[in-house]
Amino acid sequence: MHIVTFTRSTPDTAAKVEVDGSGAVTWGDAATVVNPWDEYSLEETIRQADAVGGDSTVIAVGDELHLDSLKHSLAMGLKNAVRVNADGLDVTDSLQWASLAAGAVDNIEDAQMVIFGKDHVDVGSDQATYQTARKLGWTMLSNVSEILELDADAGTIKVEKTLEQGKQVVSAKLPVVLSVLKGINEPRYPSFIGIRKASKATIPEWTPADLGVELPASSTTMNSYQNPPAREITNEIIEGETVQEKAAKLADKLMEEKVL
Amino acid sequence: MSVFVFVETFDGSASNVSWEALGAAKTVADAFGTDVTALVFGKNASNIANEAGTYGADKAIVCEDATLETFRLEPYAALLSKLVEDNSPEAVIAVATVRGRELMATSAVDSNSGLITEAIELEASGDAIKVTRTAYAGKVLQEMSVNTGTKFVTIRGRSFAPNAKDDSSSADISTVDAVLAEDDIVTKVESFEAEVGKVNLNDAAIIVSGGRGTANNPKAAPSDADDAEIWKAQDGFATVIQPLADTLGAAVGASRAAVDAGYIPYEHQVGQTGKNVNPDLYIAAGISGAIQHQAGMRNSKLIVAINKDGEAPIFKISRYGIVGDMYEVLPALNEELKKRLGK
Repeated sequence: MHIVTFTRSTPDTAAKVEVDGSGAVTWGDAATVVNPWDEYSLEETIRQADAVGGDSTVIAVGDELHLDSLKHSLAMGLKNAVRVNADGLDVTDSLQWASLAAGAVDNIEDAQMVIFGKDHVDVGSDQATYQTARKLGWTMLSNVSEILELDADAGTIKVEKTLEQGKQVVSAKLPVVLSVLKGINEPRYPSFIGIRKASKATIPEWTPADLGVELPASSTTMNSYQNPPAREITNEIIEGETVQEKAAKLADKLMEEKVL
Repeated sequence: MSVFVFVETFDGSASNVSWEALGAAKTVADAFGTDVTALVFGKNASNIANEAGTYGADKAIVCEDATLETFRLEPYAALLSKLVEDNSPEAVIAVATVRGRELMATSAVDSNSGLITEAIELEASGDAIKVTRTAYAGKVLQEMSVNTGTKFVTIRGRSFAPNAKDDSSSADISTVDAVLAEDDIVTKVESFEAEVGKVNLNDAAIIVSGGRGTANNPKAAPSDADDAEIWKAQDGFATVIQPLADTLGAAVGASRAAVDAGYIPYEHQVGQTGKNVNPDLYIAAGISGAIQHQAGMRNSKLIVAINKDGEAPIFKISRYGIVGDMYEVLPALNEELKKRLGK
């Protein structure tokens, strides 16, 4: 059994991300990191592949920016990495992204499970995850907080999902696409040896032609990025002789603001 | 050529935020010169469809088949995709909840339709729908358009106002059959454990959040506690933050630092790798306000900060602040608010 996961490089979570004069998104000199949600899906892929004695591959869809996160994944312990790229790919168009992603999974022998992180911070959406599952025609199990059973021989899986109203246990048959939540595991740090090995790795690139995929026409257009309007906030520190006095003043303010 | 709205239900009732989707759809339908059709699937769907009529749905399509009683992606997506194929609606709109997100993305593939998620603003423009949303963890705004065919859009909760409820208006209700039979559905729900009595962060009008400062609890941890720091923080969430939240009918949130330290489960995390929230009132107690936390709550209408450190960045984005110990300020604030709210 081969387990596949996806990752991407996104700006460091502490980076100041803004729109520059030309309308492009920039994070200055800040480094990129593995999309923060992917730390959990990468870790889970390694663990599940080990548990079933299977193979693992991490895929990034897009330009060379994503090579760093592929190398980080290899350093963590993923067995194979590949980058999928296409001329004219609009990464904000989820149907284009998902077509390539599904084509890449189809290109991997004995792939039975794909594990995604919960969200992609750059595009600010998780839609491509569900669309990859649909393009593959595989069962989607989203928001998984624990994999309870995975039986590769019987082709069955049981997971716990965390929904807004509580926790649900769901069983299904392979092949499946999962999205996993933070908290499902404690992601490892890459080892020194892992980092050294990964830095020397050559990462293959697949094109749409390699995958037999034709990039679909864009279904959406990205018009512009803007910086959020600066909010006019008057900061008022509530002063008083005692805690009770300050609390009473704050309570009065909250009543006046009509937010209660 | 209606505008479809997926009305999300849970255990026989509509979610609080579902009516917001009808509000957003009305604007678009008016601009396209068409009407709004509510889609209600599952337990009690007919009654919920009647309720949708009072919130501005002109028509409703219901299916109460047993396979749809609890949300599962396969039967819901199969039915939504069939309805889109049969009716070619101008647009399909739903709230970007856990279920709404996966349903809409899946069904959009079936009809090869464009989808834009988590709109905070939207407008019809010619045949297209123009959407404003956030990207890069809320740090930048993005304007996108979905141009042709049936346009799929999910909206962020608490970003659109519901239509005013009018008990005299009603929807024309029609009934359809499910598309998949139980034998065709691979996923089986084995059990469900509800979170009882908790206010959902995404729906909450008020959120009271705690951070690393919850560990400065003046109470001594019992000698048999595994970890004194964690005990102190957990006790703080239970005895100082939760009572204030109860007074205000608020949800309890937390910073990443508090979650990573094991003070409170991940479901409560607000920020870049947690939930993105926009309540009317956000009270941050013992939270310094790292950029990752701000990304998830800066759009709250009114922010109040309580922190010992007057230099904490959270004060810069707060309308009101008290520099002080949350273990003194929150109980005092709770007492004052109880008096004013008659509780």
